[in-house]
Amino acid sequence: MIEAKKELRIPAERVSFSQRLSRMNGLKWLLLFVPLGYIMILMFFSMFDFFKMSIFNDDGFTLEYLAHIFTTDIYLKVLWLTLKIAFLVTLFSLLFAYPVAYMLVRTESGLWKKIILAAVLIPFWISLLVRTYAWTILLQKNGAINKLLMELGIIAEPLNLLYNSTGVIIGMTHILLPYMVLSLYSVMEGIDQRLLQAAEGMGARPWKAFMQIFFPLSLPGVLAGSLLVFVMGLGYYITPALLGGADTPMIAMLIESNINTTLNWHLASALALVLFVATLLLLFLAFLVSRGNPVLKELD
Amino acid sequence: MALGDSLAVANATKYYKKFKAVDNISLTVNKGEFLTILGPSGSGKTSLLKLIAGFEELSDGSILLNNLDITKKKPFEREIGMLFQNYALFPHMTVSDNVAYPLRLRKLSKEDIKQKVRDILKLVHLEDYADRFPEQLSGGQQQRVALARAIVFNPPLLLLDEPLGALDKNLRKQMQLEIMKIQEKVGITTISVTHDQEEALSMSDRICVMNNGKIEQVDSPENLYKHPKNRFVAEFIGEINLIQGDVVDVVDQSAKVKVKDDLIIEVETEKSHSTMKNRPMLIAIRPENIQIAQDASQFHNTLRAEVQNTIYVGESVVLNTKALTGEEITVKIPTYMSDSISNGQEVLLGWNRKDATLILDETPA
Repeated sequence: MIEAKKELRIPAERVSFSQRLSRMNGLKWLLLFVPLGYIMILMFFSMFDFFKMSIFNDDGFTLEYLAHIFTTDIYLKVLWLTLKIAFLVTLFSLLFAYPVAYMLVRTESGLWKKIILAAVLIPFWISLLVRTYAWTILLQKNGAINKLLMELGIIAEPLNLLYNSTGVIIGMTHILLPYMVLSLYSVMEGIDQRLLQAAEGMGARPWKAFMQIFFPLSLPGVLAGSLLVFVMGLGYYITPALLGGADTPMIAMLIESNINTTLNWHLASALALVLFVATLLLLFLAFLVSRGNPVLKELD
Repeated sequence: MALGDSLAVANATKYYKKFKAVDNISLTVNKGEFLTILGPSGSGKTSLLKLIAGFEELSDGSILLNNLDITKKKPFEREIGMLFQNYALFPHMTVSDNVAYPLRLRKLSKEDIKQKVRDILKLVHLEDYADRFPEQLSGGQQQRVALARAIVFNPPLLLLDEPLGALDKNLRKQMQLEIMKIQEKVGITTISVTHDQEEALSMSDRICVMNNGKIEQVDSPENLYKHPKNRFVAEFIGEINLIQGDVVDVVDQSAKVKVKDDLIIEVETEKSHSTMKNRPMLIAIRPENIQIAQDASQFHNTLRAEVQNTIYVGESVVLNTKALTGEEITVKIPTYMSDSISNGQEVLLGWNRKDATLILDETPA
């Protein structure tokens, strides 16, 4: 039926934004402008006001804070560590989330679907703090995980899982996993299962059909989920602060300490600006990658 | 199974939980034949197609393709081409990559693949669209790509799942012709599944009518239309008038059927009197086989009836009439002959012995 509609599709009439606005009668425009104004005033203005501090101080325009970040070893290290952790968290989330999302769309039993979705979503609804503290208990020297591994004879000495990047990655992967699962699931759900049947009918073994048909078509979900998790990971604060501590400073922790401890708001602003620009660059990169790809471009 | 048979389904049964979707079906399809499985939704026709393609496993029975038992084979081992209802084109591949897909799986050389893809796209008149993506094509073009992809690897059997269901009416006629032409040219054995009787009648060599998981009749379109085996087939295909009666006598292949004391209708039949005696029989007459008679001597059977309403359908006019003996009879006459007819008028309906057929009414009212 959808195909038949496509056949008859007439190119949508081009309507400019102002024309559209003038067509809205009554107070419909309020629906658009009230939330828009709310976001603009409360978020963007205050954010840009804060960013102003990164390039202006009492003496006027200055690049000293930004220069300070890019010439100081420790700041560059923190930037690098932040990128590395966000990348690894994205990678592990993807590795764990893909099979889960795949199971979700492939299972024919409605009960299993509900069970898997519940397993993904219930932790999602539990407070971030609670989940992070739960990990500090699990990951301790004599915590459940170390005890289990020693019981099984896999390790002789307890591993250092807490207050280093391992702990941060474990905790953040767990917390960001639902975002990845849901991003993948929403795209996979839209993949026509009959395409796999068609491929098998033409002689493709199930594994080949998966690799050549399903996986390429799931890439928009991979890209969307990875972007979401990576960007969220870049600015993560509570989990790295609790599970990593001073040994694994991520950029958000640095911003916090500049605001609350050293009271260097200009430097904090410069760091936030760097994080902001890095995120924008990344989104732009993703846009470039997806452009021109017939499957990925649907993301735009 | 005789030599030359292409597909043989023997005692195929499929249960979904406790529901019997396909009920002990046996069917052979000859080499090069176009067979349509026709039935209402829920008749088991799609299940049967899935069983042949291998997407579902038989609960019982067997399927042979060119004398080879494929009952236990997985779909990717069966070498059967299939055209899906929604075409199932791979959206991330161009037209030529879509068509080349089954060839690449068979590890043909690059030159071979190129040549075959070019040839088949020429056959479906899409050689200029090789580098487009499916979403850039119209519905009809997408279907032709899907058809090309289904036959490019020379499968011995082609399955069509509601091939024209997704197209609008004008395009449907056009694609119908196109599919028939290509099928004939390639000479591939084809099984099509549809609920559209017109499509079935005009495309197929033979039609298999299914209902409730069982086969009701397998016959050529003409025989099916002229001599439906039972009430279901008669009513499912085209319009038909059914009149209950008792066969009183059969002389020279002409049955005398008593409908009422004052109404005897003669029907041509090949059955003997003894097979029809004391059984509820139906006289089946197509509306277009009934004419407006001038006097009773023109036809073997005539019946006085009053026109209750007339429906103009373009090239013909449908008259709903009520015979003076009570039967409601629908008549379809060419428009040019309908000028003098108006509602409430009494007309003489007439038809010959061979214009009607007798069927056994298994579900007496």
